[in-house]
Amino acid sequence: MSAVIESHDDHHDHGPAKGLARWLFTTNHKDIGTLYLWFSFAMLLIGGTMALIIRAELFQPGLQFVNPEFFNQMTTNHGLIMVFGAIMPAFVGLANWLVPMMVGAPDMALPRMNNLSFWILPFAFGMMISTLFMEGGGPNFGWTFYAPLSTTYAPDSVTFFIFAVHMMGASSIMGSINIIATILNMRAPGMTLMQMPLFVWTWLITAYLLIAVMPVLAGAVTMMLFDIHFGTSFFNAAGGGDPVMFQHIFWFFGHPEVYIMILPAFGIVSHIIPTFARKQLFGYDSMVYAVASIAFLSFIVWAHHMFTVGMPLAGQLFFMYATMLIAIPTGVKVFNWISTMWRGSMTFETPMLFAIAFVVLFTIGGFSGLMLAITPADYQYHDTYFVVAHFHYVLVPGALFSIIAAVYYWLPKWCGNMYDERLGKLHFWLSFIGVNVTFFPQHFSGLAGMPRRIPDYALQFADFNMISSVGAFIFGFSQLLFMYVVIHAIRSGKQATGRVWEGAHGLEWTLPSPAPYHSFTHPPKVTAADAHG
Amino acid sequence: MSNSPIVSRLILAVVALAAPAVAFADELNMRVGVTEISREVYDLHMLIFWICVVIGVVVFGVMFWSIVHHRRAAGYEPASFHENTKIEIAWTVGPLLILIAMAVPATEVLVKMYDTGGEDMTVEVRGYQWKWQYKYLDDDFNETFAFMSNMKTSQDEIYERANKGEHYLLDVDNPLVIPTNRKVRFLLTANDVIHAWWVPDFGIKRDAIPGIINELWAIVPEPGIYRGQCTELCGKDHGFMPVVVQVLDEADYDVWYGEQLQAAQARKAALSKTFTPEELMAEGEAVYGTYCVACHQPAGQGIPPVYPALAGSPKVTGDQGDQIQILWEGVPGSAMQSFASQLDAAQIAAVVHYTRNSWGNSVGDVTQPRDVVEWSEGSQE
Repeated sequence: MSAVIESHDDHHDHGPAKGLARWLFTTNHKDIGTLYLWFSFAMLLIGGTMALIIRAELFQPGLQFVNPEFFNQMTTNHGLIMVFGAIMPAFVGLANWLVPMMVGAPDMALPRMNNLSFWILPFAFGMMISTLFMEGGGPNFGWTFYAPLSTTYAPDSVTFFIFAVHMMGASSIMGSINIIATILNMRAPGMTLMQMPLFVWTWLITAYLLIAVMPVLAGAVTMMLFDIHFGTSFFNAAGGGDPVMFQHIFWFFGHPEVYIMILPAFGIVSHIIPTFARKQLFGYDSMVYAVASIAFLSFIVWAHHMFTVGMPLAGQLFFMYATMLIAIPTGVKVFNWISTMWRGSMTFETPMLFAIAFVVLFTIGGFSGLMLAITPADYQYHDTYFVVAHFHYVLVPGALFSIIAAVYYWLPKWCGNMYDERLGKLHFWLSFIGVNVTFFPQHFSGLAGMPRRIPDYALQFADFNMISSVGAFIFGFSQLLFMYVVIHAIRSGKQATGRVWEGAHGLEWTLPSPAPYHSFTHPPKVTAADAHG
Repeated sequence: MSNSPIVSRLILAVVALAAPAVAFADELNMRVGVTEISREVYDLHMLIFWICVVIGVVVFGVMFWSIVHHRRAAGYEPASFHENTKIEIAWTVGPLLILIAMAVPATEVLVKMYDTGGEDMTVEVRGYQWKWQYKYLDDDFNETFAFMSNMKTSQDEIYERANKGEHYLLDVDNPLVIPTNRKVRFLLTANDVIHAWWVPDFGIKRDAIPGIINELWAIVPEPGIYRGQCTELCGKDHGFMPVVVQVLDEADYDVWYGEQLQAAQARKAALSKTFTPEELMAEGEAVYGTYCVACHQPAGQGIPPVYPALAGSPKVTGDQGDQIQILWEGVPGSAMQSFASQLDAAQIAAVVHYTRNSWGNSVGDVTQPRDVVEWSEGSQE
């Protein structure tokens, strides 16, 4: 063991390799974090372009731009790319950058696997997107790919989709193992579990969720593969299989999956609000317990996505009650954030604006989630635009806003330069207006009866769809401004201090800005103020 | 003001969204519907909605008050308090009590919705890509008669070549017909992929799943026409399979039902009749326009490779029996379904004749209903 440490010491001052090799062969957590973040941003733009194709087609009734076949491919790939390509890799990128610095570790525990888990992704998504150009088209069965639409009735390219999902799953599982190993083994001496920063806590729990459910997804797509190519009938009623079983398996993965996309967001917001309120987080312990409770509940509520499949009454009641319970720990979190702001001394830099918008708009998504939990009312909401509005409220101003907030908040630490505050605020207001103009009217079209995943709609839904499309274009193009602000900061922003924000607490802020290529080669001393703050 | 309909509609829409006076107009909220169940669901929806509004006003109110007052720009110095067990218990137990208050009425309504017994009549609703079939069952659950319900909106309306009708995308050739004030039980299933059958005004929606039979029921007090749509992604034309239910007064319904029974007898008789080629072409064109055109396209050109062309296809211009087999049995592993349960022999004969003699196909033979009947009897031996 000591021999290994000494040989590391010999190379103590080596910096990044030059050129492409630096990125291909890197085992440095900061480089890999950067790769993840740029990859997810590229996916955001590709998935966003698909969303704009959808919104352009839905601008007016009738079919103007695309045919229904292609429309279905757009909705499907938009969902898959945003979930697996944009949101999840962005959180993994943030974890790569931040977890070692927050726990006072020199790098991730398993650096070479870290490289592998990133470099699988471009191939997985390259393969999935290439199916759009194949004969018969790409996946067109919705991101939930319900059998038998995704098996017997799927285009031939579904096999590539299945293999791509397997690769994404392998990447996620490796990433999770790495994060768990880092957090549990590499914390600086003195940092107990209950002193860890909340971003670290939320990622620890998220990583366990990923390890628990990604194999379930792999099982589901493997059964599809067998049904399609090897004559089995897992999901084929004519052969004694059960299409509803597919949905149970999918959502046993799928519900924890949606919390995988929101728990790290909770962590991020719990860092940003105390910093800009200049006041300690109100209830650290209860935040940790709330995240753990939400993670536990996520395993016993999956069938609330399936209230219309015809479960027995007792099953419906169980899943309704269990789902409603999620409101309690979620409420605890919101109350905590607001109590943190209460009697603070707040300033409203761009990360804080995104964090406050997160609290408000995520809560609105939570309210519609509570309404959806009420089974009899869910029959009217199910598979309408009300559901589309709900999950976009929790995923766009929820997960995505938290990622953007995190980038603004930690970017000065990463690149050593401040971003342009004026442009950052402009980006915030354009995004805030765009997201609400896009998704708020969708509550109304859903309640009025517009089903989701349709390329054309009845005339009474025309007004709200037009507004929604206008908002989508505002929101979409504002993200190019985000790219400009980030690149501008990296290239020519003004020098940031080590602490960056006067109210910031945590080990990462004890490093100079930009953080050195190798940080914490010797474990830091953890003081109470520099742990979770 | 611009004359462009898009711009003026956009302006109108923005005004409508901004005006609080119309905040609860019909197209902004869930429909109350016409059945007892739909009203109870609506009340439940409004109850939860108002609870959320009140919580939202309080929570966001506190937050914005804090944002206005506790800001550094206003010279506010930060306090340093954190954690307070009493408050934390209160904001855990309080929401729990509110949730229980919601769960009680929700459970009551759900139990009522699950009471499918004591029906006066039963209709089987069967989903196909992309249409519904309604089968009227007698007391022993045997079929008395059945018909398909296809969207009536034309491709020209969809592709902007004609003005859109009043019930654009929500009109069918044969609506489901049910009587007022009788408890109708619906048995839902599907032939190919999963569909979902939804009538918003009845407050009922359930998935139609191949291999599984789901139940729903409704008692509709008022006659009228009620419209909904398929609500589970079911492939290319998912957006084009409306649900339309016509509710008749009990007496009118009984007359309609008698007529349908007679018509079913007449259709059976037609199977032994010999038609002229002109009659077959006319009927065949109608059947093609309803059942085939979505995939195989108006000029038989298809959308290769998923939906093959029929014009010039050797499968169409080849052996008559082989073509009947394709329609009767479908093509396993492809989107071509079996039409044996959707079309009768006279309709299959007509559409076979039509496709063999259209768009440059000129086989020149005649396909009569008895050819189809003989083929199907032969295939079952």
